[in-house]
Amino acid sequence: MAIRQTPDGPIWRKRTTPQSIALWFGWLMLVLLFVLAWEAMTRNQIWAFVWDAPEQAADLFGRMVPPRWSYMDQLWGPLWDTINIATLGTLLAIVLAVPVAFLAARNTTPSPLLVRPIAIFIIVASRSVNALIWALLLVAILGPGLLAGIIAIALRSIGFIGKLLYEAIEEIDLRQVEAIRATGAGPAQVLDYGIVPQIMPAFAGITLFRWDINIRESTVLGLVGAGGIGLQLKASVDGLAWPQVTVIFIVILATVILSEWVSARVRAALI
Amino acid sequence: MSGPAVLPDPASEGARRYPRHWRRPPLISDGRLRWAIYAGVLLYLVVGIGAVEVNWGRLSEGWERGLRFLGGFVEPDFVSRWDDIRAGLIESLTMTLTATVVGVLISIPVGIGAARNIAPSPVYLACRALIAVSRSLQEIIVAILFVAMVGFGPLAGFLTLAFATIGFLAKLLAEDIEDIDAAQVEAIRATGAGWWQVLDYGIRSQVTPRLIGLSLYRLDINFRESAVIGIVGAGGVGATLNTALDRYEYDSAAAILILIIAIVLVTEYVSGWVRARVQ
Repeated sequence: MAIRQTPDGPIWRKRTTPQSIALWFGWLMLVLLFVLAWEAMTRNQIWAFVWDAPEQAADLFGRMVPPRWSYMDQLWGPLWDTINIATLGTLLAIVLAVPVAFLAARNTTPSPLLVRPIAIFIIVASRSVNALIWALLLVAILGPGLLAGIIAIALRSIGFIGKLLYEAIEEIDLRQVEAIRATGAGPAQVLDYGIVPQIMPAFAGITLFRWDINIRESTVLGLVGAGGIGLQLKASVDGLAWPQVTVIFIVILATVILSEWVSARVRAALI
Repeated sequence: MSGPAVLPDPASEGARRYPRHWRRPPLISDGRLRWAIYAGVLLYLVVGIGAVEVNWGRLSEGWERGLRFLGGFVEPDFVSRWDDIRAGLIESLTMTLTATVVGVLISIPVGIGAARNIAPSPVYLACRALIAVSRSLQEIIVAILFVAMVGFGPLAGFLTLAFATIGFLAKLLAEDIEDIDAAQVEAIRATGAGWWQVLDYGIRSQVTPRLIGLSLYRLDINFRESAVIGIVGAGGVGATLNTALDRYEYDSAAAILILIIAIVLVTEYVSGWVRARVQ
């Protein structure tokens, strides 16, 4: 806060003069950066393609309706695959992420100097790469198919589940752990009776949340060949079969909404 | 415990032997439901895993490739495709920045319109509908549509990211406005301020720190997404990565991945630092 003295008396202001100049300069820099970035981005842009975008959009919409509902018959199989990718991927991620989370949490890690940084690194690396990029890699290595999709979903989910779970482990009530230890319990029993019951609700919530996200992500994994309904989407887009694309979009939207509803119901029942 | 409270015969077995073991209560108390759920899960696992067709021949070939790919991580090749990588990264970064700025500028009015406590109900419904559409469509699907409309290149990516930003930021901003302290708004209104002045002095000052924090967080997310939407032709480093993998140039692909992870870490760290200072 600052007071500026004027001939008419003091005036209240929020910032001192140097502060407001620094702030103004910061905004100027942001605007400058934006203009430069815009210039760099649109240097090779052919604007003729952009100006007719409204017509293109109208044209596209015209091709997309009416949806070809008969295509639905071919979508049930891929839809089942999509749900399998998400569910089995989430299960695989749980198996891998739970030990990582216990190794990463400060109060359960066997060695804060040696093991914890490795576990944290696994979590960070898994989180910074999108499931589609994992799928891209795995399709190149394992070949196209469901397996690549499941592993891609699992690899991406390790970071998510691991991070939220280790934060939950770090926030547990230590008195309960102490109480179990006081009964003469060994380390495994302390884990089983002192820590696990405390993190179970968080664990269930995190897993359901991630399953919900994974359903969403697995619908597009097929774009890079990792199985599921995305394969049909890619085939239809590449073949310019827009009425089929509409059907696929509607199916994806319905699946996402349904999975959100299911996970909300299960969460309400469990927690 | 229900049932008739009959005291056991002191001479019987049950009264003399106190329980020496405690068993934790099961998660689902109804036994039949519990076993039904276990059976259902088991059945699903059998059917679901059975549906995964694994081509073992292809997999054994894959091991060798996987090892080569891991080798690429040990010795990433930044040099031979550097021009492509640089172009891709610049596209990604410029797309991220412009899309975040434009997205934030559009989300502010949309977010204000979607706050129930200040917007009239037709505006509220329209803004909430826009947010719902933006949130339920994934980036990659929006990117497919924008590429079909404006052609390949970073402009399609920019439009995609800006559109996705609106759904994210406007929703959180609207919820933040709905949660503000009404007493401050009341105080400003009591001075005789008009609608704009109430917005400026009563509401803006309460939500600005969080808005800045959320914008920086979204900048993070947008960079991550910008690395992906290139796969469908919307510009950015994802296209470069896709090409490198198509050519089986695992060392270049590893270099791109390392750069993506590094940039994500830096932006996450910087935005976390700024957020901690602003909030």
